[in-house]
Formats: sequence, C-alpha cells, structure tokens
Amino acid sequence: MGTISLRNVRKAFGDAVIIPGADLDIEHGEFVVFVGPSGCGKSTLLRLIAGLEDLTSGLIMIDGEDVSDVPPARRGLAMVFQSYALYPHMSVRNNIAFGLKMAGMPKEEIDAKVTHAAATLNLTDYLDRKPRQLSGGQRQRVAIGRAIVRQPKCFLLDEPLSNLDAALRVNMRVEIMQLHRQLDATMIYVTHDQVEAMTMADRIVVLNKGEIEQVGSPLDIYNKPNSVFVAGFIGSPKMNLITGPLATKFSATTLGIRPEHVELLASAGDVNGSIVLTEHLGSDSFLHVDCGEAGRLTVRAAGDYEGKPGDAVSLGFDRARIHRFDSQGKVLV
Amino acid sequence: MATQQTRSIGRIAVAPSVIALFLWMIVPLAMTIWFSFLRYNLLDPNPACSLMTPGALMDEANRCLAGTSNYTYFLTDPAFFKAMRNSLMLVFWVLVISVTGGTMLALLLDQAIYGRNFVRLLVIAPFFVMPTVSALVWKNMMMHPVQGFLAWITKSLGLGAIDWFAHYPMTAIVIMVSWQWLPFATLIILTALQSFDEEQKEAAQMDGTPPISFFWYMVIPHLARPVTVVILIETIFLLNVFAEIYVTGSGGRAGNLPFLVYHYGLLANDIGGASAGGIIAVILANIVAFFLMRMIGKNLEA
Amino acid sequence: MARAVPLRRKLIFTALAWGIGFVIFFPILWTILTSFKTEGEAVSLPPSFLFFDWTLENYGIVQERSDYLKFASNSVILALGSTLLALLIAVPAAWAMAFAPGKRTKDLLMWMLSTKMMPPVGALIPLYLIFRDLKLLDSHVGIVMVLMLLNLPIIIWMLYTYFKEIPGEILEASRMDGASIGKELIYVLAPMALPGIASTVLLNIILAWNESFWTLTLTTKNAAPLTQFIASYSSPEGLFWAKLSAASTMAIAPILVLGWFAQKQLVRGLTFGAVK
Repeated sequence: MGTISLRNVRKAFGDAVIIPGADLDIEHGEFVVFVGPSGCGKSTLLRLIAGLEDLTSGLIMIDGEDVSDVPPARRGLAMVFQSYALYPHMSVRNNIAFGLKMAGMPKEEIDAKVTHAAATLNLTDYLDRKPRQLSGGQRQRVAIGRAIVRQPKCFLLDEPLSNLDAALRVNMRVEIMQLHRQLDATMIYVTHDQVEAMTMADRIVVLNKGEIEQVGSPLDIYNKPNSVFVAGFIGSPKMNLITGPLATKFSATTLGIRPEHVELLASAGDVNGSIVLTEHLGSDSFLHVDCGEAGRLTVRAAGDYEGKPGDAVSLGFDRARIHRFDSQGKVLV
Repeated sequence: MATQQTRSIGRIAVAPSVIALFLWMIVPLAMTIWFSFLRYNLLDPNPACSLMTPGALMDEANRCLAGTSNYTYFLTDPAFFKAMRNSLMLVFWVLVISVTGGTMLALLLDQAIYGRNFVRLLVIAPFFVMPTVSALVWKNMMMHPVQGFLAWITKSLGLGAIDWFAHYPMTAIVIMVSWQWLPFATLIILTALQSFDEEQKEAAQMDGTPPISFFWYMVIPHLARPVTVVILIETIFLLNVFAEIYVTGSGGRAGNLPFLVYHYGLLANDIGGASAGGIIAVILANIVAFFLMRMIGKNLEA
Repeated sequence: MARAVPLRRKLIFTALAWGIGFVIFFPILWTILTSFKTEGEAVSLPPSFLFFDWTLENYGIVQERSDYLKFASNSVILALGSTLLALLIAVPAAWAMAFAPGKRTKDLLMWMLSTKMMPPVGALIPLYLIFRDLKLLDSHVGIVMVLMLLNLPIIIWMLYTYFKEIPGEILEASRMDGASIGKELIYVLAPMALPGIASTVLLNIILAWNESFWTLTLTTKNAAPLTQFIASYSSPEGLFWAKLSAASTMAIAPILVLGWFAQKQLVRGLTFGAVK
C-alpha cells in the first residue's frame, strides 16, 4: 500500500509562510508530479512528506496513519535527491546497502537485494566503484537503487533529472516510468520542467506561491487550466495570454489561446499583425506575430510554412479552444 | 532547514563546548576583577588594611577591599608606562615589518620562479619554531656580542660588534618576533594572491592594462582583506608576547604588559596589583578584538 | 596557460627568492648545523659552515643530562591529549552549527571566537591560584584542560568551515536511510570530513606544541613540555651552544615537519576561514 494524504498542511519559517495550507490525496501506485516555478514550495512540500521538515500545522497520513511526528526513517519512504546525495566515501554497493544495514538486515539478505537492484538498474559492473568514478546517469541510477532496495511505500524524487544533459534526461525519464510500472509503487516527483510533468505524470499538481493551483491528469490540465497561472505555465511554447480591448471583446480580463489553436487566415481574422520571427522545427513552424495592442502572439504553422518576417498576417482563434479568465485570474465558464 | 528534533539534538551537541568556553572565559575574568579590588599579597599575611582603607573587610585569606588603589598604584607605576610603551612599540614595529615585508615577499613568490614550493617551505619555517627556542637561538647564536653570527658579520665588515640585548633590547625583541611573524603574513598574503582570478588577469591583458595600473587597481584592492586580517590577528598575538621576553631575560628593559603582570603576580606576589594590570590588558585587547570581530563577522556573510 | 615569462626575469626572481628564503631560514639551519659541532667549534670564529668534525655527542649528552625524552613525551601527551579532547566536544558542536543552525548560531560562533581574544594575563592570576588550590599545577590533566580550552574555538571554527562544504542533502539521505544522529556522524559525516578533521588536528597539535605562556607559567617539571625544557637552557647551559642547538633541534624538528604539511590549513585555521 502507499496512499498519502495531506490535510491542511501548513509550513512557515517565522513570518515567512511557505505553504499556507495544502490538501491532497495520493492513491496507491500513482505517479504524481509536483510542478511549479522555483520558489513555489514544491520541494518544501516533498520534504514535509519525507519528514525532513516539521509541519507548522496540519496532518500528513501515510496509509491512513498520522505520521506528522514520525521521524523520516520510519515513514517507510525513500527519497532521490537532486544532487543524488550519494555517500562519496562508500562504494556503489555500500551506498545501496547503507539503508538496509541501518535497518539491521542480515548480510546475506542485503547482498541478495543489492545484487538484484544492481541488475535491474544495469549497475552490476560498477558495484565496487566510488560515486566519483561514475557518470551523471550512473550516479542517478545508484541514487534510485538506494531507494528501491528499501522497498518503500512511496518514492519521493526531488528534481532528479535536473543535473543531467538533455539527451540523458529523455532516457532517464523513460527508465523511471518503466521502473514505476515494474515496482507498482507510489511515486511523487518534483520538477520545474512542465515537459517532464506532462510526459510522466498520472496526475499533475501545479503549485504557485505555496498554494495548490490545480490537480488533474496532464491532458485535463492542458485543456482545462483553471487559472491564468496554470495556463501560462503548462504547455510549450506558452499559451498566448491577451489582455486589453481584444480580451474585453470576448468578455474576459485575460484571453488565453494556445499557438496550435490560432489559424492563419488571408484576411478578416480576429486580429491582424506582422511576422517578427519564424522558428522552423521541421515538423512545425512557430511564428511570432506582432499584433499591436494585443501584444506579440505565437502561432503554430505547418513545417513548410514560407512566410517571412515583415509579412502581414491575419489570425483567427478557434472558438472552442479559447480560455477566458476573470480579473482574479480564475477561469470563466 | 532542519526539524525540531535535530535542532534539539543540536542544542545538546553544542552545550558542552559552550559551557566549557563560558566557564573558561567568565570564571577567571570575574575572579581577576574581584582580585583587582582587593589588597591581596601571597607573601604578606597581614596587610595593613585598616590603615590604608578605613572600614576595609578582612577575610580568612587575609584579603581586604582596596577600592581602586590597585589601579591607581598600577597606573602610576613608572613601570606601567614603560611596559605600555614597549607593548605598543612591539606591536607597531612587528606589524610594519611583517606586513610590508610579507607583502613584498608574497609578490615575489607569486612570480614564476624555479623551486617556488621549496622557497616557500624555507620562508614559512620560522613560524613553527617554538618561541622559547627562537628566543634562545637569537639571543645566543645570532646576537651574542662576541661569538654571535651577526657580530661576526658586522666585524668582518669592519663595523664592530653590537651587544643587542644589552644596548638595544627592544630592537632585538622586535627583530626576533618579526622573524617569527613575517612568515605568517607572507603565507596568508600569498594564499590570497594565488586565489586571484586567472581570467581577471587575462581580461586585463586583453584590455591592455599596464602592469602598474593592474597592480594598483586590481591587486591592491584584492589584498586589502587578507592584509587587514593579518594586521588584526597579529595584533592579538603580539599584545600577548611573553616567552621571548621571559626567556631572553629582557623583562627589565623591554618588558611589555603581560610581562609586567607576570612580574607583579608571580614574582612579587601582589595578586591585587597584577589583577588590575590584567584587567587593563583585557580592556586593551577588547578594543582590538572589537574591530577584528566586525571584520570576520562581515566575511561570514559572504 | 599564460605566456612564457622571459627567462632572464625568471632567473633574477629565482635568485632573489632563494636568497631571501635562505636568509630567513638561516637561524634554523645554523642551529641544526651547530648541534653537530663540538662546543669548541660552536663558538669559534670565523664560524665553520660544513667543514667541521660532525658529531652526535651533543644529542646524547642532552638526553642524559636533562632527560629530553621526558619533556618530549610530555609535549606529545599535552598536544595530542588536548587536541583529541577538544575534538570530542567540537565535532558535535560544529555538526550542529553547520547542519542544524538556529537563529543565534552566528552569534554563538562569534562569541566562541571572542574567547580567543582574551589575553592570557587576564586569567593568569586566578588560574594560577585555582590550580594551586586544586593541586593541578604542573599536572598533565590541568595543562591538557587549559590547552584544550585555548584551542577549542579554533577547532570548532575550522571544523565548522569544513562541514559547511559538505552538502546537507547527503546527511538528509542518511537520515532517510534510517541512520540515527550518532550513526550519521560516525558513518557519513566523519569519513567525508576526514581530510578537514585531519588538518584541524594537525594545526592544533602545532599550536599546542608551541604554546608557551601557560606551559611556562603553570608547569615546572613533572608535566613540563619542551617549551619549558628549552627555557631551562636560558641560564648556565645556555653557554653551551652545541648542546643548546641539539636541544632546540630536537624541540622544533617534529613540529617543523608537521607544519610543512599543514601550511594550507594553517591559513584557514588562523584566519578563522576569512582567507582560504
């Protein structure tokens, strides 16, 4: 089992309120991603669950049991740190075995578990090396190995991929997802990278200034953002957010429309502008269009789009796909 | 960033050190202050208290209140002025010699030279020589008026020999103590120089900065901090120089404040007077400490 | 790399540096050389530099007459004893201040440092009397305590600056792995900080070895270390330069070697981390 519930979890350092009050239920086996810009409290929330920080008030329950005052080691969780936090003076084998040793497990059992974990993570050849002799990806795997041997109820991963280069990050992303399926364990994954959140999560929790802005499946969040913040944060390139007269025309304070939901028309669109810049990705082209009062909009066009900077274009918005937000930044239904 | 539990364990972990240092600092200081207001002489079991300070208190250790008379006595003792002057002269001259010498030596050692590490070993060595050894070696083998090495050199040059400790005891002590502290200044300034950003040097080269300007606008400001640290730390140690004076037997003419206090207390057995002297030394050191603490405290932020 | 330095310039600087280095080192070199001379040669003028009858007899005589080994072993006991004792209470303190800092940790550190500023003469009289009454004068226990307290602030500061360089996440990882605070200190922090702890020990052995205010005022014979041993040469035997040199060489040699190893740490330790 591995259900985690937060009930009105609050964290403050003196007068500085980091998390004003969070409620969340995580089911067994779920892959939940906490995402948000830096300083939004996502790591603090994870550390609260881990027990590395004290709650100011509220409740944290694991499998229905209140663990608010239980020290980290006895919560049955394992954590993968952003810096991996491997013990530099221990071999890979001892790094993975450390937690089991601390738990007083018999040596043969530890050996068996370490060997098994190493095999799963392709680390068998490196067991006697020190962390500094490993590449970034291998270190990452050791950190994961250290977590999985303890067979925790839930894995906590704090920006585990942010120190890897782009290519490796994509590979590790896939590996972690496969591992999740294999282990059938709950995972909470913290990242500031919305692409990671979109691709990996069963459910995404978007945080902003310590508040949970929205919880939902990736597509839910993408298609139905319930605030300007979520709309702007999820999706790449970003959703166009228009204020001013054009938004008022749609009776909203802020009007949101994703680049792929804007159509290039010969004339008589919702707004006219001129191309400032074109980015060709091959499969698609992204145009940056200066629309005067409406600001600069991003538009997705076909990969072989031939327009040039300076060309005048007219843009039409897909009426079914526009998002309207009120003056509080909340979605209008 | 830690939980309540680790923080309370932390408090327990700090406690022994804090308690030990607190006692170490406060108990002797409090006693010194107390003694400094007492008429208290180890050799004189019956001090004439009642005559000197009417209404004085006598206790079983034959001590009695002396009011501020210890301070007036100590402060008006001609030996005090001499000791104070010697203390300050010693600090001043050793600072001048070790800081200017150390800076120049550090700049030299920072150049591309052969065997730099070896030369550095030679230069640092005096710092590790225990003060008593350095005192005896300098007094006898270097500065002896007849057979000393310096006498041999000056005589060979036809200048005649100098009896350093008989005629210029203060100069002799300054030379000796400078010899011990020059390495410290050199080492710290050299360390700072070597931490100078190589890219900054290259950027300056690209800008066509002449070496003199580079030295003036880049190196000197970079050295400001280590030099300040050297001055302040040396001052603290130099105010407390004792063994060099004690061992060379120069206390009479080149004695500084610590030596005078030692003389009052352990040689003349005047506990009250020595304590008053000790308190004066503490006040002096605190003035210096005030500046040092602010300096180090500022660096702590960075 | 930077451009090559003109050879001429390099040679001039090299000669200058070697010359100055030699002058500064000379008193030590001279002491070592004199220790191998006979008393007659030691005071002969003009002095002989290398061409004299090398002899080891001074070392034997010094040991025989003034029992060098006893003083040396006292020095070792006092230096090691005070350093290890200080380490015992300093490691937990530095750990707490580096990894579980509170609001007042910085003030606490500064206060500890300030105890170093206290001139010893301010404490000499009471300490002398306390020691006299507790029969601690000239005892190992007493001096070990004094040297321990004297160097405790430096030890805590040095350990603190070294611990600060260890990422806290690693200690948190061990906490997640179920290590208690004690095990965290022993299995994770101590091995990782080993180089820093070693440098701290080294510097403090040097400082304790050379400490010559308290060792001169509070010891006479039984617990007297080498500082006192040498001081005893200031009177009559001081005239016997070869023996004085042998004694001096034996007093400084061990620490000179240690000191050369510890130069880098020395800077950090003596400037309280202000210069690294």
